[in-house]
Amino acid sequence: MSIRPVTPSLLRPHKPIDQSVSKQNRRRIETINRRGVLRGTLTLGALALLTGCDVSEEPSVQDALRAVSAWNDGAQAAIFRPDHLAPTFSPSQVVNPPRFNAYYDIQDVKPVDGAAWKLELAGLIKDQRPWTLQQIYQLPEQELIIRHICVEGWDYIGQWSGPNLRAFLTRIGADLTAKYVYFVCNDDFTESIDMASALHPQSILATKYAGAPITDPFGFPLRLRTAVKLGYKNAKWIRTIEVTNTFRPTFWSKQGENWFAGI
Amino acid sequence: MSAPAVKSLTPEIAPRRAPTKLARLHPLPLRIMHWINAAAIFIMIGSGWRIYNDDVLFGWLHFPDFLVIGKWAQYGLQWHFFGMWIFVLNGIAYLSYGIATGRFRRKLFPIRLREFVATVGDALRFHLTHDDLTVYNAVQRVLYLGVILVGILIVITGLCLWKPVQFSELAGLFGSFQTIRLIHFLCMSAIVAFILIHVTLALLVPQSLVAMITGGPTVNGRPPAVAEPVRVAAPAPVVEPAPPAESAEPAGPMPDSTKER
Repeated sequence: MSIRPVTPSLLRPHKPIDQSVSKQNRRRIETINRRGVLRGTLTLGALALLTGCDVSEEPSVQDALRAVSAWNDGAQAAIFRPDHLAPTFSPSQVVNPPRFNAYYDIQDVKPVDGAAWKLELAGLIKDQRPWTLQQIYQLPEQELIIRHICVEGWDYIGQWSGPNLRAFLTRIGADLTAKYVYFVCNDDFTESIDMASALHPQSILATKYAGAPITDPFGFPLRLRTAVKLGYKNAKWIRTIEVTNTFRPTFWSKQGENWFAGI
Repeated sequence: MSAPAVKSLTPEIAPRRAPTKLARLHPLPLRIMHWINAAAIFIMIGSGWRIYNDDVLFGWLHFPDFLVIGKWAQYGLQWHFFGMWIFVLNGIAYLSYGIATGRFRRKLFPIRLREFVATVGDALRFHLTHDDLTVYNAVQRVLYLGVILVGILIVITGLCLWKPVQFSELAGLFGSFQTIRLIHFLCMSAIVAFILIHVTLALLVPQSLVAMITGGPTVNGRPPAVAEPVRVAAPAPVVEPAPPAESAEPAGPMPDSTKER
């Protein structure tokens, strides 16, 4: 049995969520709900008791909440401004080293061997020859000094550079009318973004931070850095890029995080 | 059978109905919006506290788990981004209604500083009277108007936190991302403070709570001369000459004269 962290956090592993407790106590939870509803209708104060037991995990409630979250994906896509640029900052505001975030702790990062690493391409891409790191270093670089915003609430200003994602997708003959760009990472993390966000002028495949190659914890050798998504959408240690029209749940969306996660 | 009862009631009430249309203090749409808002605020605050806990603004402040909605952060976020639609859509309906019907103008204005000071003084000396639910005192006007403005500000800052890039022009007016978080948090604190006062006073003056459920007394600018005896649920505004010898208070009618009947 693993012990759960006292304060649940995105930065700590909290998968799998232990469903057994909820199953074992199913009868009790249902009783609490019925009572809770009666109580809740009486006073606001009593309503607060309802939160003591978390109804969010109840399958019907979770289904409803995820349906709203999916609807919010569409709402976010609808208000997305493809050419609107995120604020940029000066090099003096850059935080170095950047702040670490992943679903595990920084000491558990498994470094990628840059010499052996290759970027695989898949899906609706004409030229699927893999790329070595040296080849990627040959591409024109774009620098972004942008704000990283974590879904948890913290933020910092980072200085990222690497090939522009739109230029890269164009060069490899990707179908730019496809719906999604899907990333598989060296730690088996998966993430995908909508094509409109991938084609945004401030979306790059970053290889450098503050002018030096990205260090291991922050995605060496290649990571996504886009100004229009929350931190967790910016896949690190990218192994495969796939262009596709098929939606597949990604690491965080499976956990119940919003998929679109635009900012 | 209920038919005879209805028959006997009808002639009783009919003559009392003024030729002008009688309106409730809190019309039905307003009551519906009030309670939808209460539920939405409850979801927004509880889930907001869960989201806050993941990266606190103040090291000394973590909201206890039994007070937050959502065991994990993503559940808090799911609730927050569900509740926001209810809060915002209902809020837009409420503001439109308040402006279009003139309710805000009638009930919340004018606000006079002298009255406000006097009412605060009365409240602190427990001299407030609640004989007339239909007129808000200066403190009520300030609080209700204030919480509406804070409600608007919390939606705007919420929008800036949700979409700091899409609405970067708007977000730029407030400052950095953490500044916007702080303003959003302070708006929440103001709303919580309002709720504490609002609920406490509603419980102290239960007829005001009842009025938000039943609609309260009828108002048409000219209250009925006699209380409607049949409708026991709603405390009717009883306008009768206060016995001068009995009442020490300067403000006319007793609030609960129905009890004495």
